Amino acid sequence: MRVFVYLCLGAMVMFLAFWAYRENYETQEALRQVETLQGEIGELRTSIRVQEAEWAYLNRPNRLRELTELNFERLELMPLAPQHFGSLEQVAYPELPELGEITETIELRGELPNDEGSIQSTLSTGGQP
Amino acid sequence: MSRVPLRPLARILSARQKGEDHKAIENENIHQRMLAARGRQRQMAEGRLLIASICFAVAFSAVGVKMFALSSTEPREPRTASSASKIYAQRANIVDRNGRILATNLSTYSLYAQPHLMTDPENSAVELATIFPDLGVEDLLEDFTGKRKFLWIKKKISPEQKQRVHDIGDPGLLFGPREMRLYPNGKLAAHVLGGAGFGREDVHSAEVIGNAGVERTFDAFLRDPAQENAPLELAIDLSVQDTAERVLYGGMKLMNAKAASSVLMDVKTGEIISLVSLPDFDPNTRPNPKATLDAADNPLFNRAVQGVYELGSTFKLFTIAQALELGLMNKNTMIPTRGPLVWGKFKIRDFHDYGAKLSVTDVLVKSSNIGTAKIAIDIGVKRQKEFLDSLGLLTATPLEISEAAGGRPQLPPNWSELSAMTISYGHGIANSPVHLAAAYSSILNGGYKVEPTILKNPNPERGERVVSEQVSATMRDLLRQVVVRGTASFGEVAGYEVGGKTGTADKPNPQGGYYEDKVIATFASVFPASNPRYVLIVTLDEPSENSGAKPRRTAGWTAVPVAAEMIRRIAPLVGLRPVIEPGPGFGIVQAKGSSQ
Repeated sequence: MRVFVYLCLGAMVMFLAFWAYRENYETQEALRQVETLQGEIGELRTSIRVQEAEWAYLNRPNRLRELTELNFERLELMPLAPQHFGSLEQVAYPELPELGEITETIELRGELPNDEGSIQSTLSTGGQP
Repeated sequence: MSRVPLRPLARILSARQKGEDHKAIENENIHQRMLAARGRQRQMAEGRLLIASICFAVAFSAVGVKMFALSSTEPREPRTASSASKIYAQRANIVDRNGRILATNLSTYSLYAQPHLMTDPENSAVELATIFPDLGVEDLLEDFTGKRKFLWIKKKISPEQKQRVHDIGDPGLLFGPREMRLYPNGKLAAHVLGGAGFGREDVHSAEVIGNAGVERTFDAFLRDPAQENAPLELAIDLSVQDTAERVLYGGMKLMNAKAASSVLMDVKTGEIISLVSLPDFDPNTRPNPKATLDAADNPLFNRAVQGVYELGSTFKLFTIAQALELGLMNKNTMIPTRGPLVWGKFKIRDFHDYGAKLSVTDVLVKSSNIGTAKIAIDIGVKRQKEFLDSLGLLTATPLEISEAAGGRPQLPPNWSELSAMTISYGHGIANSPVHLAAAYSSILNGGYKVEPTILKNPNPERGERVVSEQVSATMRDLLRQVVVRGTASFGEVAGYEVGGKTGTADKPNPQGGYYEDKVIATFASVFPASNPRYVLIVTLDEPSENSGAKPRRTAGWTAVPVAAEMIRRIAPLVGLRPVIEPGPGFGIVQAKGSSQ
């Protein structure tokens, strides 16, 4: 009995030692991974900053102004001035979409009451709208 | 340990003689032995228990300590730099009020040499000199062949330069990572941003520290890792700043001025939307301050903040506002303006003769020095001083640009009645344009004091009252009249109801007295006058408008047209629609979905 208990204990110690050994290496592996990931995040952040800086540099007002001047014929961009605020009346209505030829017409007869309530006209649809 | 025999002969013999049972002695001894053995066992068991509990306590406290450590550690920011470096190189961005980048950091490399590792110093020196034309071959060679074991060659190099140095292939030329401060907009807002340089440095990294402007004021904030790179938001608007710089530069050239500055301030919050000082510089390559140059000619000198000038007639607004606030007069009270006004040896004159008397309104509209001086006499020295102090004109501004502390107003050493009279029309006291902007904002925004700030702060606490609502409205009306029919008639911008006051002050001669033909022309304006949103101060240094028969130097001919053009260009950018006087059948209707 006693021998059996010792054997069991020995086996448990060996198992635990093995488990601790593995855990240790897994932890180290995880730590290494974290470090790699952090390095990667850091690098990505740096490159984001570089791109932001580049974006800001490419969009600097001086350059944009030069570009609008170079492309004035095509873009016709002017510095914003008070007269560029318009009134609603100056906005043109959009053109009505062209309707195609209406071919399959249906003959329809009916009567519409006018304001006085008497029946005045007969409508028929079809042909040009 | 001496062992007690179970049947000690002496005792047994004596017991036998007395006829007692000798077994009792033996039993007693056995009993005592058992007790002793039990005591020992107990002690051992207790010892084991103690050891076991200590083991458990150590194990659990180790777990506990680790858990505590895990829960109480600050999260660490991922970084590329090696953790061995003790210098924290990160520095937060600076952005404008719409989040556009004004200053950022860029990773780059520094170049250093370790001459004892070099294989071919002569060739390396020659090659380096071709890559960096500012380095001399002799100097490099001297350094490389000398006793030094380490030397910096360049603190910042571009990737192309790095590749070319790499191609030299000398093992003694080494690179270290560097954070570099970059101002992508070049000269834009240079005086606000200031600049940055390197502090402590070693091979692996270097400290970037601000050495002027907001970079210096907020150095600790920008470098604080706890802020997690939260950007510093300024009140500056990039587009407005650019437009202001461009228009002001054009105006400065057109008016033959040697320098110029402008401040655009939100009247309600005191936020500085744009601050220009010309000539300017590029903060990416901040020039070294030259000792030989006069401070005022140095491009690093921030005229809007550091430059204190006598701002001339723009000060009349304060005198008249105070007189109305104190109830000494109303805007129609007539003031005698027959000149010259003689006070001791001193004579006060007007630019033109305005006749026997003018109303208070016309004193401001026509800019009469005599009239203003008479009003100042009524106010008195003490009250004038208190009022100017309440507007913040007697102390340096609390603006968060590191140079602002240097813009201390110059006050008369002895504030006599004569000083009060000259100060009433802006002579004998010197202030920076930012002072003027803050004081104008305080009077015109409804009468609440504003503190100038460069930080975005749309809802500041309301300051104390300096003038009443009515006086504020009256002053806005008077300023509008100066533009409509007074000295600033070139300041009219259709649709924006510009109001403002001109100021032309002779420049003081360092040898004493004043120059005859050098002036500082200032235009302090507010728009729209009926519902003020912004105050714009434009100052030109030594302007002269030469289109006429003789040069014209007054602000009305120089600073005012420049300011008008600035307002015309800036107002639409800040979203102000022109207000058109309602005519028959004419109006502006806001289209749906097109606000701004």
